[in-house]
Amino acid sequence: MATTHAVAPAANGEKEPKSFWSDGYGWKSWLLTVDHKRIAILYLVSVVAFFIIGATFAALMRLELATPKGDVVDSETYNKLFTMHGVVMIFFFLVPSIPAILGNFLVPLMIGARDLAFPKINLLSWYIYVVGGALTLLAAVTGGIDTGWTFYTPYSSTYANGQVALAAIAVFITGFSSILTGLNFLVTIHKMRAPGLTWFRLPLFIWAQYATSLIMILGTPVIATTVFLVALERVFRIGIFDPALGGDPVLFQHLFWFYSHPAVYIMILPGMGVISDVIACFSRKRVFGYSFVAFSSMAIAVLGFMVWGHHMYTTGQSAYASMVFSVLTMLVAVPSAVKVFNWMATLYKGEIHLTTPMLYALGFIGLFTIGGLTGLFLGIMSIDIHVHDTYFVVAHFHYVMVGGMVMAFLSGIHFWWPKMFGRMYPEWWGRFAAINIFVGFNLTFLPQFVLGFMGMPRRYHYYPEEFAQLNLLSSAGAALMGAGYLIIFVYMLWSVKFGLKVGANPWKATGLEWKIQSPPTTHNFESIPVVDEEAYDYGRGHAKHGKEASVVR
Amino acid sequence: MWKNIPLLPESASTIAGEYDLLWWFLVGLTVVFTALIFVGVLVLISVYRKTKDSPPATQIEGSILLELVWTGIPLVIVIGIFAWGTALYMRHSKVPENPVEMYITGKQWMWKGQHPNGTREINNLHVPVGRPIRLTMTSEDVIHSYYLPAMRVKRDVVPGRYSQLWFEPTKVGEYHIFCAEYCGTKHSQMVGRITVMEQDEYERWLSGSTGEAPEVAGKNLFESMRCASCHPVEDGQTMIGGAPARGPSMVGLHGREEELKGGAKVLVDDAYIRESILNPMAKIVAGYEPVMPTYAGQLGEEQIIQLALYIKSLKKKDGN
Amino acid sequence: MSADHSHAMPPGVLPPVSHHFEDLAQQEESEKLGMWAFLVTEVMFFGALFTAYTVYRNLYPEAFMLASSSLDWKLGGLNTLVLIVSSLTMALAIRGAQTSNRKVMLGNLVLTMVFGATFLVVKYFEYAHKYHVNLMPGPTFDVAAFGEHGPQARIFFSIYFAMTGLHAFHMVVGLILMAWIYKKAAAGHYTPMRYVGIENAGLYWHFVDLVWIFLFPMLYLLGAHTSGLAGGH
Repeated sequence: MATTHAVAPAANGEKEPKSFWSDGYGWKSWLLTVDHKRIAILYLVSVVAFFIIGATFAALMRLELATPKGDVVDSETYNKLFTMHGVVMIFFFLVPSIPAILGNFLVPLMIGARDLAFPKINLLSWYIYVVGGALTLLAAVTGGIDTGWTFYTPYSSTYANGQVALAAIAVFITGFSSILTGLNFLVTIHKMRAPGLTWFRLPLFIWAQYATSLIMILGTPVIATTVFLVALERVFRIGIFDPALGGDPVLFQHLFWFYSHPAVYIMILPGMGVISDVIACFSRKRVFGYSFVAFSSMAIAVLGFMVWGHHMYTTGQSAYASMVFSVLTMLVAVPSAVKVFNWMATLYKGEIHLTTPMLYALGFIGLFTIGGLTGLFLGIMSIDIHVHDTYFVVAHFHYVMVGGMVMAFLSGIHFWWPKMFGRMYPEWWGRFAAINIFVGFNLTFLPQFVLGFMGMPRRYHYYPEEFAQLNLLSSAGAALMGAGYLIIFVYMLWSVKFGLKVGANPWKATGLEWKIQSPPTTHNFESIPVVDEEAYDYGRGHAKHGKEASVVR
Repeated sequence: MWKNIPLLPESASTIAGEYDLLWWFLVGLTVVFTALIFVGVLVLISVYRKTKDSPPATQIEGSILLELVWTGIPLVIVIGIFAWGTALYMRHSKVPENPVEMYITGKQWMWKGQHPNGTREINNLHVPVGRPIRLTMTSEDVIHSYYLPAMRVKRDVVPGRYSQLWFEPTKVGEYHIFCAEYCGTKHSQMVGRITVMEQDEYERWLSGSTGEAPEVAGKNLFESMRCASCHPVEDGQTMIGGAPARGPSMVGLHGREEELKGGAKVLVDDAYIRESILNPMAKIVAGYEPVMPTYAGQLGEEQIIQLALYIKSLKKKDGN
Repeated sequence: MSADHSHAMPPGVLPPVSHHFEDLAQQEESEKLGMWAFLVTEVMFFGALFTAYTVYRNLYPEAFMLASSSLDWKLGGLNTLVLIVSSLTMALAIRGAQTSNRKVMLGNLVLTMVFGATFLVVKYFEYAHKYHVNLMPGPTFDVAAFGEHGPQARIFFSIYFAMTGLHAFHMVVGLILMAWIYKKAAAGHYTPMRYVGIENAGLYWHFVDLVWIFLFPMLYLLGAHTSGLAGGH
């Protein structure tokens, strides 16, 4: 590891400064903390717990799907498995992971603030998350739900068995956690930047969090109201979504996707922020076309609100409405492509270090490209008609969500791990697991594109014989990918206690978070820093050769 | 084991060819761009990988020209494929003349089909090759989706409304019917076979069945539900005692434009008839009083279809 | 969203700034922006219901008119008046804080709470009446009185209760907030130098009023009472 520098903390005989870890040890010091870093750790533990639960559901599903016959669980159980997998992974892992863990930890550090604007609300958001999660698990063990994470009416509101109302309330509650996080970030980024830290000096991670926060506070209330109506419909038969009572079940789909499509960008945008920071650091270069990358996040956030109808081409919505949704969907591809090209250009003439976070970031670029391009298929009306609700869709969104978002999450976690814990993870195992996951992931989801084109519908417990081999291949890949996650889990736990101790800036990265000790003190900064440099000012360290930064025109 | 694995869906309808053309174009586009990115990344990291004596990174701010290029090129490409895909969609949404009309009712967890002559089948559908088939579909419970992968068509089947789907099979054979919208416990068993037959074979298959033609069933229903006490079914018919009919005549009604109270116009089609039976107050024909009771809960979806077909069969006598 | 660590103090002395803010100006700006962002999410909350209302009103205009006629526009109008006046007293309370006129501030806060409570009492009587005539969603929900329009009237009342219920919930939260603000105001927390807390509470209060200003015509007035069935049951 060329860039890792072990630092003996007591080199000059002084006592190691207190970090936020040693600021109180009792359970109260954690459960009543208002320190954004401790709340991030609370989130880390609970989000990882939910990831393990969601992954277990996925493992059982892939086990079942290894053969065409339903021989592991019965249909009802299988349906509950994919529902819980979706609900847990989306609402309790993908949405909160990067914002609530890395965002909570890093937003104040990166902008030179002592905490988020509303520390108590930040803690409240974690408690809401935990209550929502507990209710979801309660729903799972007291009868489960089998509606799919999409809760489509009238199945969910009238016909489904199980704890739909409870699960809907759980999702409703969890929504507030997301709203409060978004609100906190929005205000913090607007009002608490250190002197000199102008908008265009911000790390792109902050830009991405900002765009995400906008979607969180604008979109989440709509899904909250919508699932609440589903719960009311179930309990009181209010008739809003029930065609037997004059209601319109398709209205639910409009309201649902009005949030749930932008929610996709809640999941992926923060990941793009991570990738920008990691690639800049390990290319030792400023991100190419900084302002274009920043504005592309905002463009994605805005366009994301206007494309929900592309989930509904087969419902019989007007062809002209579909056309508008289709063309807007196509436009989302443009800012996404701009990001990918800028990241590649950042590599050009860089000084590339293939560390674990960098491997994940490069994996992200490739897999997100596939995920994005296959999204075009689904945005085109005529093509979507055939592959809508098939495994093609499943493969597409897993390429974006797992190939994109999970890769970005792992990249970010590895990158900022030394900042959070003051210790390094084992680099060899890190790279090993990264390659393992990359191969396993592709093995799992590439065959599903083919399955989808052949017509295999999603959410099928039994499936025709001709899909057997590809499904088996997919299940094998899932096992490999699962092993990769397990390796990470083990060595990360190990490193907390035994990892190599590191100093403030083991990666020699730019950014305010690397200028303070690892792990930081409770108050982050002794005095608020004054910023006089651009973001990603990697040229500075090479003043001898590189200060005459060339500008390509 | 890996020799006979099918990797492509059957192509058995008139639109499948055009569909697949755009499909493979998109696949090509995806492969080219993905390869570009993967190879690009691999080349860049092997050239610029940090070694002992590699030069420090060259700081590059960015390039407006490059940004414009890689904003512009994707923009042109996506607008192009949008235009292609949309043109295809619009072309395929026009139903050809004189399709064979069939009726599908979805129900947890089966597909019930009705042929023009009354033949019914469950989870199967027999259709003649080389003729456009139009399915009019509704659901008795939750949302389903009728999916024929070999025909490249799919349409949600929504309770409370009719949706339509058409295709023209080009190849004799048996293909999958899937339910594509998750609909409950046995969603994955809500599947069936569509059998495409030669025209004469289809005729033979049809004549072997003993079903009551749906319009005959509809006529019987019309009488047993006493619809005729308000709605004339013959030209110039009056009610008992010579009083004028309380409801609009059914003769020549289907396919006509009716003027509503308040001046709006409505085309009388299957959906309007269904609405008038279940929710008579929704659209009152001008000149009549809102007196019709609702039949919601008394008639099933299949019976409503039969009534609609009966009303459709009541043409004007003077050959119009 | 007011200061975390502020304590009672004599007027004119600057309150302490929360540990993580640089200065009071930064803290106040953050608190204000936070409140505005919160109100934006509130708009989206109600937005989903407004969408549902619009869709069904277009689908079933007659049923909505009929069902709307069974609401008592006089009570709704009274409540509208009550809320508008409460907004005025709220604004006066803030003015009291700005001019360090303790009497005006506290008096108007009390008035605001009284008006808010009045609104809820009137709403209670409206709900109770609906319950007695079986027009409240639940086991006794019965829309037979609307004959052919029954099922659609059912949707109207569902939306009516969802919207006014959510609004009434906001009123309850508002009252609790006001009681808390009163406590802090009485303890001397709000001074001409620092009154963001009461100002933010006022923003919330005005927002809740504003929602009602939309709900009242939509639910009670639009097209109702014109179909010869005016006057309710």
